[in-house]
Amino acid sequence: MAMADTNPQGMTVSDEVAIEIKGMNKWYGQFHVLRDIDLTVQRGERIVICGPSGSGKSTLIRCINALEEHQQGSIVVDGVPLSSDLKNIDKIRSEVGMCFQHFNLFPHLTILENCTLAPIWVRKTPKKEAEDTAMYFLEKVKIPDQANKYPGQLSGGQQQRVAIARSLCMRPRIMLFDEPTSALDPEMIKEVLDTMIQLAEEGMTMLCVTHEMGFARQVANRVIFMDAGQIVEQNEPESFFLNPQNERTKLFLSQILGH
Amino acid sequence: MSEVHAHTVAFVRTSEIPASPPPVAEAGAVKWIKDNLISGPFNTIMTILGILVVAYLLAGLIPWIANGTWTGADIRECREILQGSGGGCFAVIAERWPQLLFGFQYPDYLRWRPTLAFVLLFLAVPPALFVMFLPRWTLIVTAIYPFVAYWLIWGGTILSPIVAAVGFLVGYLVFTKVEKRGFVQGLAAGIVAAVAVWWIGGVIAEEFSRVGALEVVESRALGGFMLNLILGVVCVSLSIPLGIVLALGRQSKLPIVKGFCVVFIEFVRGVPLITLLFVANVVLAYFFPPNSNPDLIIRVIIMITMFSSAYIAEVIRGGLAALPKGQYEAGDSLGLDYPQSMRLIILPQALKISIPGIVNVAVGLFKDTTLVSVISMFDLVGMIRGPILSSTDWTGVYWELWAAACVLFFIVCYGISQYSQWLERQLRTDHR
Repeated sequence: MAMADTNPQGMTVSDEVAIEIKGMNKWYGQFHVLRDIDLTVQRGERIVICGPSGSGKSTLIRCINALEEHQQGSIVVDGVPLSSDLKNIDKIRSEVGMCFQHFNLFPHLTILENCTLAPIWVRKTPKKEAEDTAMYFLEKVKIPDQANKYPGQLSGGQQQRVAIARSLCMRPRIMLFDEPTSALDPEMIKEVLDTMIQLAEEGMTMLCVTHEMGFARQVANRVIFMDAGQIVEQNEPESFFLNPQNERTKLFLSQILGH
Repeated sequence: MSEVHAHTVAFVRTSEIPASPPPVAEAGAVKWIKDNLISGPFNTIMTILGILVVAYLLAGLIPWIANGTWTGADIRECREILQGSGGGCFAVIAERWPQLLFGFQYPDYLRWRPTLAFVLLFLAVPPALFVMFLPRWTLIVTAIYPFVAYWLIWGGTILSPIVAAVGFLVGYLVFTKVEKRGFVQGLAAGIVAAVAVWWIGGVIAEEFSRVGALEVVESRALGGFMLNLILGVVCVSLSIPLGIVLALGRQSKLPIVKGFCVVFIEFVRGVPLITLLFVANVVLAYFFPPNSNPDLIIRVIIMITMFSSAYIAEVIRGGLAALPKGQYEAGDSLGLDYPQSMRLIILPQALKISIPGIVNVAVGLFKDTTLVSVISMFDLVGMIRGPILSSTDWTGVYWELWAAACVLFFIVCYGISQYSQWLERQLRTDHR
């Protein structure tokens, strides 16, 4: 697993702040899911978030585009504060792309329509232009020939790549990935990761919840380990994997890397 | 364990097994009969019993139809012609056919008008039912149809339906202009504009009531199968959109909207349709502004629409609940607002799931339109029960008349059911 050699650390990370989370807390009823989260993401940064299930990592990134509400603290995305103001929420959502574990493509629309829907209705892009953009991104994820099929006719890996293309059609400045490869057959994980790596190389700001440690080593600038709703440890991938500090991190890493 | 295996575990395939056709099974009629009719003693007995029952029914039915007579002016002539041959007296259907279709009060020299409206229905409905095959502009025909049909059936000046149509058009245009500021503002502005047009237009239509005037036919003159069709088509097309609104309202986060929808749905579902019809007949007039005395048929349309929209709302709620939460989230994460994600993502899928249920309600509603016969409206059933069977000419000709009613309803309902199955196949996108 000596992938660290290929880690493109040279990728530019600007000083500009993309996401700033301060003192964020979230509860589900009485259950304290996220506790005092502080996280600043620079533009162009690629962050991998890992941790045991139920540690709140998915909830954290879902708070960033307001799929989940937080009760305390502040989140500022691209300079826009996330409040209960619907205008701000819609603005943030159209700037932040998201990929889900189960793809969530629209099964009643063709691949092309999946990709052009939001640009046409949210950005008011003319249909022709939206289709050109969609084809550009479908080519990028290497499935332009499937454009007129329905999601149900594609394999899992293809569907997830369409989901990535669909998000990219909105020209987001930040991409969130919520366990994008967890629902895929082993043979298809690579094609999705390759697409994500390509995206990282182009300088996209990315937050990925994933257990693909190879991916983390190869593209992440920072790995965050969460447990019980808290950020337990964060570091550059090299140090994170080779020299974890917290006992909980050591245990987690030994369990996922030890076999 | 390992001693059991005579050979080693390692195995490497060196040649591909070519794909071959499946083995030919025993086939033909003989096999089908063996498998389905006489596969065991119990099945054999059931088959014989089944054949006997069918034979018994056909033995009654075939002579009744084959020996029946279609001529004869009344029941006595019928009996003379039949001479106890066991045939049916279908002459009643031939003689009273116009009454079965139009009721007994619709002026006979004006019957071409509802007939034309019925023929035009076959032009107006396909654009809506076969949206995926016909160009979208044909929907204009569907949109114009209700106003033309109203003018043809009820008569009066052509200005009234034109004013009504223009009101909808202006309302829609205002809605699309204002919608950019928000869905609710757009809706409110659209309604205000439409009402304004109707108000001004109403005055003008009254002033020039002779322009394009057809002879007026009162609502109470409507009857026969025509009345069932009018009630069925109008109530189904109104209750589907209303049902969608109620289903979405029931999911709303706003407590007042949600509360209203829940109370409405639960109340209407808890009350028999027939009581609502009696309410329409007697009580509802109190709820309208004084001096406006809406037609009984409008009151009935309101009640049946309310009734079936509550059922349709529940069917659609089932469809909404069946959608994975991820579909809502995907819409949200792309920045679609609520009306957009409902219209483009959620409803198309929820309605597709709900098709069988909606069709079930629609077919039931169409048949329930016969209940208006209890509030002295002469629909098909009312005509048979009242004027026809109680006339001295045809008293006692039950079988033939009710069979005719069944056939008329069956044709329509079976058609609806076939269409819905076809639609479901068309909308299937998973394995094509």
